Amino acid sequence: MKKIKCECGHINPEGTVLCEACGKPIEENQHIEGNDKRKLLNMRYDGTARRSLTYNRSIVDKIWSFFSSVKVGIWLIVITLIASAIGTIFPQEMYIPAEAPSRDPAIFYEAEYGIFGKIYYQLGFHNLFSSWWYMILIALIGISLVICSLDRFVPLYKALKKQKAKRHETFLSRQRLFSETKQVSEEEKQKVVEALKKQRYNIQNENGHILAEKGRFSRWGPYVNHIGLIIILLAALLRFTPFLYLDEYVWVREGEEKVIPGTDGEFYIKNKAFTLDTYDIDDVENERFKEAIKKEGEPIAENYESDVVIYQAEKSAVTGAEPELKKIIEDNITVNNPLKFSGFTLYQAGYQLNEFKTMSFNVHEKNDPEEKALGTFTIDLMSPEREYKLDNGFRVKVENYYPDYYLDNGEPRSESKYPRNPAFVLWVYPPGSEERELSFIGIGKNIESQGENKYKIGIEDFEMRDVSGLTVRRDYTLPLFIVGAAIFMIGVIQGMYWYHRRIWIHPKGDGLLLAAHTNKNWFGIKKDIEKVISDTEINMVVDQQELED
Amino acid sequence: MDWISISSFMLYTAFIIYLIATFFFGATIKDKNKEHKKGIAGTIGITLTIIGFLAQMGYFIARWIASGHAPVSNQFEFVTSFGMTMVLAFIIIYFIYRLSILGLFALPVAMLLIAYASMFPTDIAPLVPSLQSHWLYIHVTTVALGIGILGISFVAGLIYLIREVDQSVRNANSIWLEIVIYTLFLFIGYIVITTAFSITDYHAEFEYPSDNNVLTVEYRLPAITGPNEGNLLSEGAMQPWFESPSWVDAKKLNTVIWSFFSGSIIYGLIRLIFRKRFGAVVQPFLKKAKPDLLDEISYRAVAIGFPVFTLGGLIFAAIWAQIAWDRFWGWDPKEVWALVTWFFYAAFLHLRLSRGWHGKKSAWLTVGGFAIIMFNIIAVNLILAGLHSYA
Repeated sequence: MKKIKCECGHINPEGTVLCEACGKPIEENQHIEGNDKRKLLNMRYDGTARRSLTYNRSIVDKIWSFFSSVKVGIWLIVITLIASAIGTIFPQEMYIPAEAPSRDPAIFYEAEYGIFGKIYYQLGFHNLFSSWWYMILIALIGISLVICSLDRFVPLYKALKKQKAKRHETFLSRQRLFSETKQVSEEEKQKVVEALKKQRYNIQNENGHILAEKGRFSRWGPYVNHIGLIIILLAALLRFTPFLYLDEYVWVREGEEKVIPGTDGEFYIKNKAFTLDTYDIDDVENERFKEAIKKEGEPIAENYESDVVIYQAEKSAVTGAEPELKKIIEDNITVNNPLKFSGFTLYQAGYQLNEFKTMSFNVHEKNDPEEKALGTFTIDLMSPEREYKLDNGFRVKVENYYPDYYLDNGEPRSESKYPRNPAFVLWVYPPGSEERELSFIGIGKNIESQGENKYKIGIEDFEMRDVSGLTVRRDYTLPLFIVGAAIFMIGVIQGMYWYHRRIWIHPKGDGLLLAAHTNKNWFGIKKDIEKVISDTEINMVVDQQELED
Repeated sequence: MDWISISSFMLYTAFIIYLIATFFFGATIKDKNKEHKKGIAGTIGITLTIIGFLAQMGYFIARWIASGHAPVSNQFEFVTSFGMTMVLAFIIIYFIYRLSILGLFALPVAMLLIAYASMFPTDIAPLVPSLQSHWLYIHVTTVALGIGILGISFVAGLIYLIREVDQSVRNANSIWLEIVIYTLFLFIGYIVITTAFSITDYHAEFEYPSDNNVLTVEYRLPAITGPNEGNLLSEGAMQPWFESPSWVDAKKLNTVIWSFFSGSIIYGLIRLIFRKRFGAVVQPFLKKAKPDLLDEISYRAVAIGFPVFTLGGLIFAAIWAQIAWDRFWGWDPKEVWALVTWFFYAAFLHLRLSRGWHGKKSAWLTVGGFAIIMFNIIAVNLILAGLHSYA
């Protein structure tokens, strides 16, 4: 490696722009930071030798240089930004509304948004955020974060460690804030140093050359926050493993007891009751909401709550035997108040009101105005039997069952497998006879097939129940996200709310040169300087910034 | 007087005080004193601003007591607190930089926000289950504070542009600047026209077919455009000039048309009176403001606001989403646009590292950032909807 020796005696690594010790511009490298064309020195990384700007021979050098460019980083951010915005033009596939006529994305986008919707779907934008190219963009940002940070942090850290109080005159006069005073007494100089100390500057004195510095740690802010971001990206990567991240959904009916998915049969849940409360307009408490509720036009939900019991299955000695369940928790789950147990979390995520549980029917003579029951039977709507034997010898056979009945062009069909609107096609066999009669029966529907039935079926009673929809989560990556976010916040605050300020005093003849640099908040450092020179005849620094338009 | 009337009264008071304070900040233009020497007008201006802010805090607290929850739960309440945090951010920045001219622009923008907010239903509404959490005020107030501070960067950037853009020529800079100003006038137009027809209590009810149902919609502005295949039910109301296509919300489109209509008239009148661009009218009054200070303020506001926005809009948001919606991130439009905002300001902060991105370009970026913030508040709620459409 070619070292560069500065006239101050310091040996700089190849590619250095400003001598690490005295700041003198190293002539052959001025083009690197564009200093050759301007009066002011580019102080971004104190003119240190950055690998990316120094070596450009091998392919590794080229890749390194590419990703270490802030410009490339900004482009990646901007492209991701635009891509993300595009992802909100139409709803993502998971947000296709439940009430849409068709939730099939191949149909939905075109039906709802015409040709643009069709293109959107065909380009795969309906799953944009999980697309391979979006992931690659995020990954590239991650790589850029790592390389950018390493490329700058290491040399900057070294340079700030090696910097000397005695700086080259050129370095000082080409700072943004600079002034020269011809005549300064030693007393005045001492006053300034004292004042700087009072403002909590660290003072380095090298044969009368003074460096006053504070807030250097703010320079590490960007690198700290980038570490936070990298941790967050790693956490996101880890989520792809099912052990660390589990996402399931379970519907549990009131009174039902079932295994919780994703727990390998270890945990069971029983839904004791689901409650939906709405704001009662007659309640004095809700008097104040009267207008808003009226305007809404329909009741406003106040609470969704599932009262549940969680059981743990004891390992049974005999394989295949029903496990013994031990109750571990009995609690209620509401929105904003999930239930946690041994690594799992259950969230109140959905509900279904008034699903039919059972239906009781009777068989009576069609001509009987009193509809006296000849026999009754009850169907469990989740698992109907094939045939029901009634007390008085009647038999009823289930020919067809539509749990969620609707008419599709005259054809009876079931919208879902859940008994929300049950309907049956039943055969009635009178006692001791094979002369069966066909009936169709559902809520508010009672049709006989040939119109000459002797017997009729009537609905006697029914039981209803609610269903709770619960999300089951296990997410061991959460702590990592929290750590990443915390480090990011620390870094960003460190970098934004503190400032690295340096003030140089350079004796020259009977007077001195005064120069200053800060990474941000120039207004603040000017105020500092105004204060420290207020009792002296030292000239205030001049802001030599060239604002371009 | 009950709490809710106290709260309305306080908000109204705050608005009026901001208005008066604006005039005092306007008067500082004529101060012959140097920048950092406080003129009497500026002192009165900032004192009034603080009193106005306290009055608005009074609104906030009274409304919190009245409703039993933090008043940040719907569009009216949120945008109002955005206006409030912008005033707070201005007060803070004022005490750092003592720049009176900032008040002349920051207060009107804040007032515009508050007035815009008041166009939404102001009734106190009960909280739906997902909003019943302490995170409601932790998340929303932090977001409001973050965008309030970022809003100040826009204000400083706008002043920078009005001062620096050459008005003697017609180029991209001067035209775009005028478009930004014109957009602000559209908000004024919206507020004026909505208020005018709400005073006259205008109603027009339509019924229109949607899928297999017949729906009704109530217009509060005369229908320039009516619903697709709509039928006017109210007597004496104006017949629509044309029907909207079926895929747009006709009522919202109608409001947008009216805003353009009345905003353009107000803007046009001003153009007619002064016979030059609005930017050119204002420019001479800004001569005293130092461009490098404006540039510094707009950058500094981003540097201060960005961490606050990240904390409120992404981190607190994620924590609450994890508790209420079982996932901390779900690509809901509001979330995505918070990310877009974050990306944008991240890009801004990185660009400030490079040469050539100070001054005008940087000022334009702060305008862009504010546009994204407003987009997330207005368009995402009205057009894109999603889980955050509480208003």
